[in-house]
Amino acid sequence: MKLASDVVKCQGYGNCIAADEKHFDLDDDGLVVLLEETVADEDRTSVEAAIRSCPVDAIWLEGVGSEAAR
Amino acid sequence: MSDHVVIIGASVGGIRTAQELRKLGFDGDITVVGAEHEQPYDKPPLSKQLLLGTQSEAEISLLGEGGWEALGVTPRLGVRAESLDIDSMAVHLSDGEDLQYDALVIATGVRPRTLAPEVHELDSVFTVREIADARALRERADRGPVVIIGAGFIGAEAASSFRALGAEVTLVEALGAPFGRVLGDEVGAFLADLQRDNGVELLTGAAVETIEKDGDRTLVRLADGRTLSAGTVVVGIGSLPNTEWLEGSGLKLGDGVFTDAGCAVQPDGFGPHAESVFAVGDVARQIDPRTNKDYRVEHWTNAAEQAYVAARQIMDPTMAPSPPKAPYFWSDQFGLKIQMVGRPSEATSVTVHRFSVRGSEKKVAVYENDGALVAAVTFGWPRALGTCRQAWEAGATAAEVVEKLAALADQNTVASA
Repeated sequence: MKLASDVVKCQGYGNCIAADEKHFDLDDDGLVVLLEETVADEDRTSVEAAIRSCPVDAIWLEGVGSEAAR
Repeated sequence: MSDHVVIIGASVGGIRTAQELRKLGFDGDITVVGAEHEQPYDKPPLSKQLLLGTQSEAEISLLGEGGWEALGVTPRLGVRAESLDIDSMAVHLSDGEDLQYDALVIATGVRPRTLAPEVHELDSVFTVREIADARALRERADRGPVVIIGAGFIGAEAASSFRALGAEVTLVEALGAPFGRVLGDEVGAFLADLQRDNGVELLTGAAVETIEKDGDRTLVRLADGRTLSAGTVVVGIGSLPNTEWLEGSGLKLGDGVFTDAGCAVQPDGFGPHAESVFAVGDVARQIDPRTNKDYRVEHWTNAAEQAYVAARQIMDPTMAPSPPKAPYFWSDQFGLKIQMVGRPSEATSVTVHRFSVRGSEKKVAVYENDGALVAAVTFGWPRALGTCRQAWEAGATAAEVVEKLAALADQNTVASA
C-alpha cells in the first residue's frame, strides 16, 4: 500500500505522529512529512489509526480510505 | 450481520460510522437520519476556519466526492428521531414514520446549554453549534462590539476569530480564570493572558444577570451592576447530551447513553436487552476498561474512534473491541495550537514545564496522580503532543514523559544547529 499526503490540507495537528511515528513526522513548519511511503501489511493498523485521527483528511492510503470509500 | 443499519445523527460520529461500514465491505442498507436540513459538515471549524472565512462550507463537508450516492447511504434530513422501541426494533421519526432497523447507531450529539429562553429569542444572540450559526456570525463582525458569555473552548475560539476579523471583543467568564477548573490555575492564567495580550477584554468572576435589547444595541447586565453594550452576543456555556428521545426506551441514561467498550448500549436495571444498538460521539458515555469508569467525551477524535469501533461491532458482534485511544482534543486560539491528551480532572497536581526548542520556549502542562501521567497539555508544540499521547497510552509516569520531552527538545535544538 502507498501512503499519500496533502500539505495544503495539513494543519499541523500532529495526530498522525501520535498514532504512528514510523511513517509520519512534522517538518520545521509543523506540516506532515511521510518518512516511508510504502506501508507493509503489519503496519496497516497503526497507519490506518493515524489516517482516522487526522481532522482534515490530509493523509490517506492510495486506492483505499477517504478517496475510494467516500 | 445486519441488513439495515439506521444511524441517528449526521455529524462526524454518524457519518464516520457509515463510511467505516462501507470500508469494511458492508453491503446492506444504511439510512442516516439528521435533524438539520444541511448536508453533513464538520463542526470544529464552525468557531474557527468557517467563522474566519479561511475555509468554505464545501471544504468542511463530511461526505466525500460523490456524496450520499457514492457512499450508498439513504439520507433522511430535517427529520428527528422521537422515540425508540427496542422490542419492535424501530425508531419513530418526527415525520410520522417508524423506521425499522437491524442495527441502530445513536449519534445524536449534544446541544448548547442556553440562558433564559427569551434571551435566545433576540436576533443578536447566538450559540455556536450549527453551520447556520457560523454563517450568521461571520456577517456580524462589523456590527459593533461582540460580547461572549463563557470562556470555554467555544468562547475562547470565537473570541480569537472575532479579533482576527477586527471586532472589539469582551469575554465574560463566571469563574476566576478561563479553564481554571479544568486545567488548573497556572494554565488558566496563561490562557487568560493569551486573550488579554490579543486585545480581548476578559472579565472573570462575572455573572450575567439579564440580556435585553435597547434599539439596535444589546445590553448585557452583570450581577455586579456593570452593563456591556453589544452588537452581537455569543453564548458558550457548555452543552447537554441529546437523550430525551430515548427516555422510556429502557436504555441506561444519565448525562449520556451508557455503553460498553464496544459502543453497545446498556439496559437500565433489568430492562430489555437492546440487541444491536450502539452509541457513538458526544452523546455516548462509554466505559474505559482501564479505569472501569465511564466517560462522556465531547471531542472530535473520540467520535471518529467510536465510529470505527461501532462499525466493527456491527459487522461482527463477537469481535473484541480495540482498546480505547487516549482522550485527545485541540483548540486554536490566536494562532496558538493548544492540544490536550488524557483526563486533567483525574489529576492531583499539575506542573508546567518549559523547554527550549529552536530558540523558542515551549510549555507543556503535565498532570499527574500519584506519579502517574493522567493528562498533558501542549502549547504550540504538536510534535510533543505525539510523545505525550504515546506515553499516556503506555501508562508512563509523569517523570518519564518529562524526560522524553526534554530529549525531544534537545533533538530539535541539535537538528536546527
